[in-house]
Amino acid sequence: MIQRVNLKVNGQDHQLDIPARRLLVDCLRYELGLTGTKEGCSVGICGACTVLIDGEMAASCITLAAAVDGAEITTIEGLAGEDGRLHPVQQAFIDHGGFQCGICTPGQVMAAKALLDQNPSPTEDEIRDWMMGNLCRCTGYYGILDSVVKAAEASETSRGANASNNAQ
Amino acid sequence: MIDFEFHSPTTLEEAFDLLEQYGEDARVIAGGTALVLQMKQRFAQPGHVIGLRKIPGLNSIAIEAMGSNGDTGSVRIGALCTQRSIEYSEIIGQKLPLVAETFRRVATPRIRSMATIGGGLVHGDPNQDPPPTLIALGASAVLTSSRGQRVVPVAELFLDYFETDLRPGEILTSVVVPQAPPGSGAAYLKFLPRTADDYATVSVAAVVTAGEDNMCRDVRIVLGSVGVTPVHASDAEDSLRGRPLNEENIRACAAMVSDLVDPLDDYRGSAAYKREMAQVFTRRAIQQAMAAMSPEKNKD
Repeated sequence: MIQRVNLKVNGQDHQLDIPARRLLVDCLRYELGLTGTKEGCSVGICGACTVLIDGEMAASCITLAAAVDGAEITTIEGLAGEDGRLHPVQQAFIDHGGFQCGICTPGQVMAAKALLDQNPSPTEDEIRDWMMGNLCRCTGYYGILDSVVKAAEASETSRGANASNNAQ
Repeated sequence: MIDFEFHSPTTLEEAFDLLEQYGEDARVIAGGTALVLQMKQRFAQPGHVIGLRKIPGLNSIAIEAMGSNGDTGSVRIGALCTQRSIEYSEIIGQKLPLVAETFRRVATPRIRSMATIGGGLVHGDPNQDPPPTLIALGASAVLTSSRGQRVVPVAELFLDYFETDLRPGEILTSVVVPQAPPGSGAAYLKFLPRTADDYATVSVAAVVTAGEDNMCRDVRIVLGSVGVTPVHASDAEDSLRGRPLNEENIRACAAMVSDLVDPLDDYRGSAAYKREMAQVFTRRAIQQAMAAMSPEKNKD
């Protein structure tokens, strides 16, 4: 059955008439052309399809688009600034070899962003624990872990710089 | 997935009307981590799916009035609280640390951000983590319908494999979890030989209350993944209650558990292996619960 669903994706409002059974990952990829979000296992385990729904990370492959009507969705396409400047997590993945084949990367980056949004200075154990649901079949886990550590440090440095700028 | 109509009621009354109108053709959805998978596999083929997300007031966590003896209260957890919100709740952390610890063991942080306490319970999967802990603490589920409310102990909610006592027209709206009595210690052990996000091969929740002279005043032992429902090991509890909490009695109590469980052979282990592990992990859970006992135990 075709139903009206309103989604705010990466800050942009969309009014969609889609089948009730449309999964969020398919809605993003096929209705909105946002193919950065990947579908891996299709059962919520691998993390490739990770997006943020109202700020919380979620598996878009087991989320009905109709069930999140009215929600704010953030995908990998929404992380860079308007000037094209990459999010610190994205930059860290590039600088520190956080990916190999790249298929899991959008999910890894979204999960890492969700972590740093809620816990800006995580320990390595906290990062491992948080990222346990994002699988990398190339097994590039050390590079991913290192990238998230460096992203947290970079965010901290820029926060520190802002704080001292404000102090002046 | 077969086609269906999605409904987004904004009040419980509206949801009850929809349930009445569509009867067995309707399914209620919360986080969707269980139902969407079942629908993808066509185990569930509802013609109408009723989302609860837009109904306000179902995702709060609040301390209930203290118990009549003045020393323990309980916490009411709204059915739509995500597992992660329970894991991180300040109230839960203070009043029900075992509940926080148990929810932390569920799947992955992403699934915990989606799945809800109520959705998990009515899913009726005997392999889940929260039911043993909730049963061991004596929690109750509040089942609401247009006819009123039923308060069912979580221990009695599970009837069979993926089958619960939820009746037509009812929605699980909250879970009330009493605090363990003073002098208690609690533990939840999850045996995970494969990966950290897996279902348990065997899981055990134990709550032990000690009296004077290290006597076992009360004990609750509930196991997961070892039967078609969570298994409340009442006979084993009886063998320890009123006796000294010493090594010999704890071993004897744990040994009884092997005969009380009825596990399946699967890729997490043979039934015989799980029976053995049920005993081992019950013993460890009791010991860990005792180690976690609050220092007040000698005050009374």
